[in-house]
Amino acid sequence: MPGYFRDLHLDQIVAAVTVGREHYDLAPFFHAPLHDPATIRYRQDIFRDLEREPLFRCVRGFAEGMQTMRERLDSARTLHEHYQKQRLFLDAVATYCATLNAFQSALAAAELRAQGWLALRRFLAEYLASAAFIALQRETRECEQALDGIHYCLLIKGDRITVRRYNAEADYGADIERTFARFRHGAGKDHLVEFSDVLPMNHIEGAVLERVAKLFPDVFGALDAYCTRNAEFLEPTIAAFDREVQFYLGYLEYMRTFRRAGLAFCYPEIAASAKDVRSIRGYDLALAARLVAEKVEVVRNDFHLNGPERIFVVSGPNQGGKTTFARTFGQMHHLASLGCPVPGTEARLFLFDRLFTHFEREEDLATLRGKLEDELVRVRTILDQATPNSIIILNEMLTSTTLHDAILLGRRIMERIVALDLLCVCVTFLVELASLGPSTVSLVSTVDPDNPARRTFRIVRAPADGLSHAVAIARKHGLTQPEILERIPS
Amino acid sequence: MDREGSFEPDHALPWNEQDLVQDLELRTLFDAMADGDEFLRKVAHHALLSPLTDPAAIRYRQDVLRDCLAQEELVREIYAITVEAIEAEKKAYWGIYSKYPRVILSRSVEVIGLFVKALTRLRRIADADGPRFSSDGFRDFFAMLQSGLGDEYLAEVQQHLRALKLGDGTLISARLGSGAKGRDYTLRKPNPPEGSWFQRLFAGRAPAYTFQLAPRDESGARALAELEGRGIAQAANALAQSGDHILGFFVQLRAELAFHLGCLNLHRRLASLGEPLCMPEPTAASERCLRFSGLYDVCLALTAGQRVVGNDADADGRMLIVVTGANRGGKSTFLRSLGLAQLMMQAGMTVPAESFCANVCSSVCTHYKREEDVALRSGKLDEELARMSRIVDHLAPDALVLFNESFAATNEREGSEIARRIVEALGERRIKVAFVTHLHTLARGLYDRSRPDALFLRAERRSDGMRTFRMTVGEPLQTTFADDLYRRIFEGQDAPQTSPG
Repeated sequence: MPGYFRDLHLDQIVAAVTVGREHYDLAPFFHAPLHDPATIRYRQDIFRDLEREPLFRCVRGFAEGMQTMRERLDSARTLHEHYQKQRLFLDAVATYCATLNAFQSALAAAELRAQGWLALRRFLAEYLASAAFIALQRETRECEQALDGIHYCLLIKGDRITVRRYNAEADYGADIERTFARFRHGAGKDHLVEFSDVLPMNHIEGAVLERVAKLFPDVFGALDAYCTRNAEFLEPTIAAFDREVQFYLGYLEYMRTFRRAGLAFCYPEIAASAKDVRSIRGYDLALAARLVAEKVEVVRNDFHLNGPERIFVVSGPNQGGKTTFARTFGQMHHLASLGCPVPGTEARLFLFDRLFTHFEREEDLATLRGKLEDELVRVRTILDQATPNSIIILNEMLTSTTLHDAILLGRRIMERIVALDLLCVCVTFLVELASLGPSTVSLVSTVDPDNPARRTFRIVRAPADGLSHAVAIARKHGLTQPEILERIPS
Repeated sequence: MDREGSFEPDHALPWNEQDLVQDLELRTLFDAMADGDEFLRKVAHHALLSPLTDPAAIRYRQDVLRDCLAQEELVREIYAITVEAIEAEKKAYWGIYSKYPRVILSRSVEVIGLFVKALTRLRRIADADGPRFSSDGFRDFFAMLQSGLGDEYLAEVQQHLRALKLGDGTLISARLGSGAKGRDYTLRKPNPPEGSWFQRLFAGRAPAYTFQLAPRDESGARALAELEGRGIAQAANALAQSGDHILGFFVQLRAELAFHLGCLNLHRRLASLGEPLCMPEPTAASERCLRFSGLYDVCLALTAGQRVVGNDADADGRMLIVVTGANRGGKSTFLRSLGLAQLMMQAGMTVPAESFCANVCSSVCTHYKREEDVALRSGKLDEELARMSRIVDHLAPDALVLFNESFAATNEREGSEIARRIVEALGERRIKVAFVTHLHTLARGLYDRSRPDALFLRAERRSDGMRTFRMTVGEPLQTTFADDLYRRIFEGQDAPQTSPG
């Protein structure tokens, strides 16, 4: 997991995307940013096709079929009765064949543009036409039919059970129903006993099955041979696709919860060299997930950098959405680097080589150094590794020293960042850092002018004076300068 | 037998059941019909308070009652068979194992066996004594027993009941379903042996594999029971439902016969008092009929244990009957006898009178002054009007409302005006009203309107001041007879024959 995952709450996002998909082990996909624009576009194209409902539905059908197949294989492994295990193996293969056939005909009808999908369609057509698959399908069907044809009788008398072939004995239940029909007018109370059907057999059922197998040695002999012959039926490419497509399915399903709440996603333009990033109506996915669940409105923010601008310096009232803005910036870049759609209606994002975050740690017992020293070491480590193509996100650094020292240190650090010419978001109370030159852009979190206590969570380009909020709070308490003068008798 | 199903114990009783029971003193009647049998009492209660409203349905029940009166011994025998069957079913062991088809099946086999015996006895009665009955009810009932339970069919049932004891083991077929588990478990009948024993001796045996539960394998025994259960579940359900259905038949039959047995009991009681009962003549609800001779209060007769005074009247075409006259002159008794006769007729019973003819009513309601009310006057009137309002909520055209000294809980002018408006409104809705009142303003006001559909009756008083407890046609009189009463009570004049309520 990249070092910035927790700081940006990407770990929460990935957990939400992959919930219920744990066994596909999708996290590695989400942990690995791509560095080639062509690969990113390749994935974006796959997403674009998959977003269309017919393909989405047919891929989900495929995935469900494969899931059923796996469950049956699991049962085949965990059950104890020899022939029941084999029967479940047979079911698994039958599910596999049916799933692939259905998938192929659905794909044939689907409108596909992405290279990825076109390649899959070609592969699938070839595989399903292969002699191996055709033979597998035929043998599976033959085994199923033979087993379905088995009809046997049990004679239960006291504690003895006799198993033999069915020999056209008449249906006695039907006789009884006929005779007693005249006593059963109307729907009376139902006395039909319901039996719970669990897959595992008890030892009586197992013993019966063993004897049924003895009654039909040909059928069960063939089943034995079939299982041995086809132990390795699963085509590796299909298996790999089954796993990888969950990356796309999971993310698209995750997107749906936001779209239902009116929150947009877009395919970002990927900037490989120019650093003029921008986003319209972006938002923090991890926070939005919580707000949507609570039915609270999600505040969305725009950002853009022009010409020489590289660094957002975000200041303003606490709890005003500054950190959220920083996370949004980082999340969007990471998700874009995976080839995923990102929050917002429009975005142009930078193809970074590395992404660094420095978030204030409340406690760090791993180190014996003091907090300030620790912080400086960490920032230095970042600066040592960063290149002009990196992104650095600094959140509330230098809080554990005097203002004077903080300004001094902050300037130094910012100067080095400016020199690196890299993209940076710096959330800070040090308003002095907001105007270090043409590469810095000052953003401030805002308050509602009518109700200063209410945060709007809107982040706008504005000079950082560090005063607007203080003035608002003072007015609320009647403590502005004219008010104080008025209240104090002269 | 009955076509209305109104003996069903869950058949809803009218909303004013309690008022009717109290005001008409129905408990006395129920007691006489029950003759100590709680069940008869319950059925009588139900039948009297679930009036039939179709004259044809009433006549159908009357015919059955005629048969019962004529064939009392046979009817009591049928009843005894029915009760015996129901009691036997109750004793058959249900236990806690009713989730096992084997238990359900064996219990059902036992119960149906008992039922079939009872049904067979009933059919024998149908065969031997059926022709002695003439009502549609009994004829249909016997015909149903004879056509539905022929010897051949009963033999077939008996054969199944024997086979379903499964003494030769349970033969079940199955197929292999999902997960190689059995499916389509079906109960099978063993094939009859083919060929001679000699041929069978030398024929190749079909392969069969037998295994046996290990001793003390309890989970195995449960599994085996379940396996067998899957095979017999359908049959067990068929038998259990059949058992339920036959039980339902007996329960219904018992309730119907219980009603008629109640009527027979009442007949015995009244016959011993020398009181008459007549088969009344119901007419359509749309008509306005009410004429009778010798109509008496059956509850009074039962309580007094002797004959009581009966009344004659011809109120055909009348919508309103106003009863005035002497205090303690039998007005309340008369009003009650009207209500009782109406309910008994509409239950299909005989009626305490020499003759009785009335249109059926959509419902019978009573609005009686409540003696136990000791609240303030305004509170009492309020309570009376609230009760009236509840009655109005439930009224429909062609109902019968009995008022006994209603709206007297205020001054006479007010009470009379309230009552008059109510009475006239009910009249416009074609609701028959019988109003016992000492509100002279009310009675006089109604009389002066000269309504052709109103009948005015007066509690009779002979010229010597003696009450006869008879009602005679007559206009309301201003004077009351309180001084007569006073004299009798305080000056020791002879008491009359009975003491009216």
